[in-house]
Amino acid sequence: MRDIRPIVMPKWGLAMTEGTVLEWQASVGDDVSEGQEILDIETSKIVNSHESPVAGPFRRIVVEQGETVPVGALLGVCAPDSVSDEEVEAYVSEFLDNFDWEAASEDSGPEPEFADTSLGRLRYLRQGDGDGEPVILVHGFGGDCMGWMFNQSALAEEFTTYAIDLPGHGGSEKNVGDGTVSFLAESLAAFTEAVGIDRAHLVGHSLGGAAVAALALLRPGIAASLTLIAPAGFGEEINIEFIDGFIKQKRMRKLRSVLETLVADPALITDDMVEDVNKFKRLEGASEALEALRNGAFADGVQQYLLNRKLGEFDAPMQIIWGRSDRILPVAHGESLAEGAKAIILDEVGHMPHMEKSGEVNEAILSFIR
Amino acid sequence: MQLSRDELRTAFKRMCLIRQFEDAVHDEFSAGNIPGFVHLYAGEEASAVGICSHLDDRDAIASTHRGHGHCIAKGCDPKGMMLEIFGKKDGLCGGKGGSMHIADLSKGMMGANGIVGGGPPLICGAALTAKYRDTGGVAVAFVGDGASNQGTTFESYNLAKVWDLPVVFVVEDNRYAESTASDWSVGGSQVGRANGFGMPGVEVDGHDFFAVWDAARQAVERARDGSGPSLLHVKLYRYYGHFEGDASTYKAPGEVEQVKQRLDALDMFKQRVVETSLLDSEELKSIEQEAEKFIADCVAAASTADAPARDDLMTDVYVDYKF
Amino acid sequence: MPTKSFREAINEGLRQEMERDDSVIIMGEDIAGGMGSPGEDDAWGGPMGVTKGLMPQFGRERVLDTPISESAFIGCAAGAAVTGLRPVAELMFVDFMGVCFDQIFNQAAKFRYMFGGKATTPLVIRTMYGAGFRAASQHSQCLYPLFTHIPGLKVAIPSNPYEAKGLLIQAIRDDDPVVFFEHKVMYDDEADVPDEIYTIPFGEANVSREGDDATVIAFGRMVNLANEAADRLKESGITVTVVDPRTTSPLDKETILETASETGRVVVVDEAHPRCNLATDISALICENCFDDLKAPIKQICGHHAPVPFSPALEDLYIPKVESIEAAVRELVGKGH
Repeated sequence: MRDIRPIVMPKWGLAMTEGTVLEWQASVGDDVSEGQEILDIETSKIVNSHESPVAGPFRRIVVEQGETVPVGALLGVCAPDSVSDEEVEAYVSEFLDNFDWEAASEDSGPEPEFADTSLGRLRYLRQGDGDGEPVILVHGFGGDCMGWMFNQSALAEEFTTYAIDLPGHGGSEKNVGDGTVSFLAESLAAFTEAVGIDRAHLVGHSLGGAAVAALALLRPGIAASLTLIAPAGFGEEINIEFIDGFIKQKRMRKLRSVLETLVADPALITDDMVEDVNKFKRLEGASEALEALRNGAFADGVQQYLLNRKLGEFDAPMQIIWGRSDRILPVAHGESLAEGAKAIILDEVGHMPHMEKSGEVNEAILSFIR
Repeated sequence: MQLSRDELRTAFKRMCLIRQFEDAVHDEFSAGNIPGFVHLYAGEEASAVGICSHLDDRDAIASTHRGHGHCIAKGCDPKGMMLEIFGKKDGLCGGKGGSMHIADLSKGMMGANGIVGGGPPLICGAALTAKYRDTGGVAVAFVGDGASNQGTTFESYNLAKVWDLPVVFVVEDNRYAESTASDWSVGGSQVGRANGFGMPGVEVDGHDFFAVWDAARQAVERARDGSGPSLLHVKLYRYYGHFEGDASTYKAPGEVEQVKQRLDALDMFKQRVVETSLLDSEELKSIEQEAEKFIADCVAAASTADAPARDDLMTDVYVDYKF
Repeated sequence: MPTKSFREAINEGLRQEMERDDSVIIMGEDIAGGMGSPGEDDAWGGPMGVTKGLMPQFGRERVLDTPISESAFIGCAAGAAVTGLRPVAELMFVDFMGVCFDQIFNQAAKFRYMFGGKATTPLVIRTMYGAGFRAASQHSQCLYPLFTHIPGLKVAIPSNPYEAKGLLIQAIRDDDPVVFFEHKVMYDDEADVPDEIYTIPFGEANVSREGDDATVIAFGRMVNLANEAADRLKESGITVTVVDPRTTSPLDKETILETASETGRVVVVDEAHPRCNLATDISALICENCFDDLKAPIKQICGHHAPVPFSPALEDLYIPKVESIEAAVRELVGKGH
């Protein structure tokens, strides 16, 4: 049964213990490619397409539409034609017999840890145990380490990964200093010192993209590579109405319409995601931190930290990933890149490529840093 | 007796201020210049001053509807009080409290109180704060003979006792709760009641400043050194009615005059200090005259001061609340 | 996010504020329990175990068992508040306001105004309310309308454990006296509650469901019934906005009027007796301000104008039901197209 490849219920974020199969997009008999959107899954927090982690003919649906199963449960099977139907059935039976349903439902997965840095306590989620240089993932304005829920597990299969909560965000210290990108870079430097990282592949999204780039300039040699996803720092323009709406709006209906500008397909934004943003803003110091970042990094409604003129100073390879339908930071900013940097522009993708097209982004990162 | 000349002068000055203040309020009320109702303390000066002489800004008092004397004795500004009683914007409480709610927390004066028996629970709170913060502060609840029959007062005796709070309960028994005689309305005795809660209690002649001062010294010291609550039953007399406009027909004919002649707190004080050569008559006279002039100035200022404005109606309801 | 009960959420909110600020003290009848008794210390942690464990952590100096003497200790808490502490006093059942209301509404509520803005009274009174416990007429009332009526008091009515912790911490930090209502049948309700300290501002309604066909405004425990009704109605294609005002003083008039205008059909759900309660108040507010946007008369679903009965057969009839909310919305949706 060596060629049989399982598709299992993924784990999207810490809180996820189970998911519901909303719709199979692939039919039995289809030739599935890796990264192809194969089914839609709903969790308590999010609805998203699951991209096939495997390739080959799709042979068997194990969990039907509408069913809810724990993380890790077998959803379907791919196998080459050389494998007989009996062998596929035997594989499914054996998987189901051996699967510990109870443990799977209760498994809460890796827990976030805290690093006491010289600039305060920062929370991070560590996953994977690779030998090479680790990967540091840094979210954007208003996000947290859970924002990498579709990416971190995939990267962790080959690398040690650290998804960090920036100061002012998630479970980290809420003091953001003067609210500038430079302060965030100082904090990231303090984080690497606290956990003992000398060199890492830096992956940053949006404001976190500017922050990791600033870190690379602040600590020469620290960056093994830079992957900047819809990064800040490449032009003055920013959709400041988004930032202000994110801070100010509280009613679900209004906040949801603000959050919908993040993505090309508004259906991605669930009630729970909206409520989670409200809950984050109520944490002690969180709203003040967002205000401080708004008035620091985006004072006067424009980006204050610009990398354009510093592009020659980077000592590591850089790639940029941008959604063509980005309504927060214009994709045109990506065009101001120095020659030699790799740019990937994704169609029908908004400001959240790593969520909206996680498979492609994961592959782009892995192939860039391997 | 351990009162210095300075302390005696200060005490006499405060008693004079209270007397002059109350007489002036009486006149102004009769002239129709003061709205609402006022309850005057004239005749009871030795109690407020004799007790508050032992207190400083760490210490708190809770007063009654007859609170002017307690306010002055605890250090409230008489001019601010007069403006308040006239309902003026610059009154001690912005004209929003009036006679029955004068307070100055910066002086430890937690308020006159329109509710009979409202103060004792609050004073337990002030005592709890002092005890918890270890400030050495003492809290004094003034109640009348009327409030001495309220459940809140008994509950407070009990709470102060079981929590061992630095409280002095002062029952100012001026013989009448409104028109009803305390001889009739109080079952048992005030001291007996205190003893029933396991507190020491002592009966004091409230016309005699020195007797009050001495009894209060022991009670305040006891509270301050952590030995718990106690009670003073101060027997005194009010010259005016329960409220201004009360014809006091429940009093015996000639009763007020008799007390004034034989037991006036100011006269008794003067006689004592002159006889013992602690202060001379000239000095006392000049203190009285100064007080009279000062209170006249207060009345003049209050008469011409501005009333609160429309905008003041809705301020100070909350610290932070958008209407 | 960790799951916690309503009881645990309140306990955690108290503990975190007591750790943060040593002026926060708590007092009440049996709030630790066992004071002076030969058996266990911290025997009760309040009648519902809400404050269990706080006395061992903070000591008897900050967790004060009181005699059964509401006037004295509620007034004492007010006096401590106005002299610099931040007391949280537990009035075991709100029905007991009858023996201490003077200290709340004549004293604590009025200090600031009567004293010309020179007093602050950061007092919290936690109190249990509501029917459903077979606790009969003197232990089951929803008396928050009486407190809401009094200027100078703030009134918070959390509808779930998440709300409870955030609103309680806000209440403790608030410089005005706050009466904090906890529904006695909700202590075992569970929800995701962050370990971190967070606050929910007063006067900011929560819109827990967004819909187009009707707006249901509900208080405290009734919010959960309204949510359930909304979820059931959704299955038949009727979408409902559910508004939880969270605090009745201050009141988020803006969100109430906005959501009422959006759908034009309003149901107000209040467990309290029907006369002069929050439902009547909210209905009047809406009529006065957005009458022209209404497509149908406002429906009020309340308790009855009778004391809360003891017999389960009767008490169950007394309490508003999900079905009644659902039926009221269906009736309104049939009107005014």
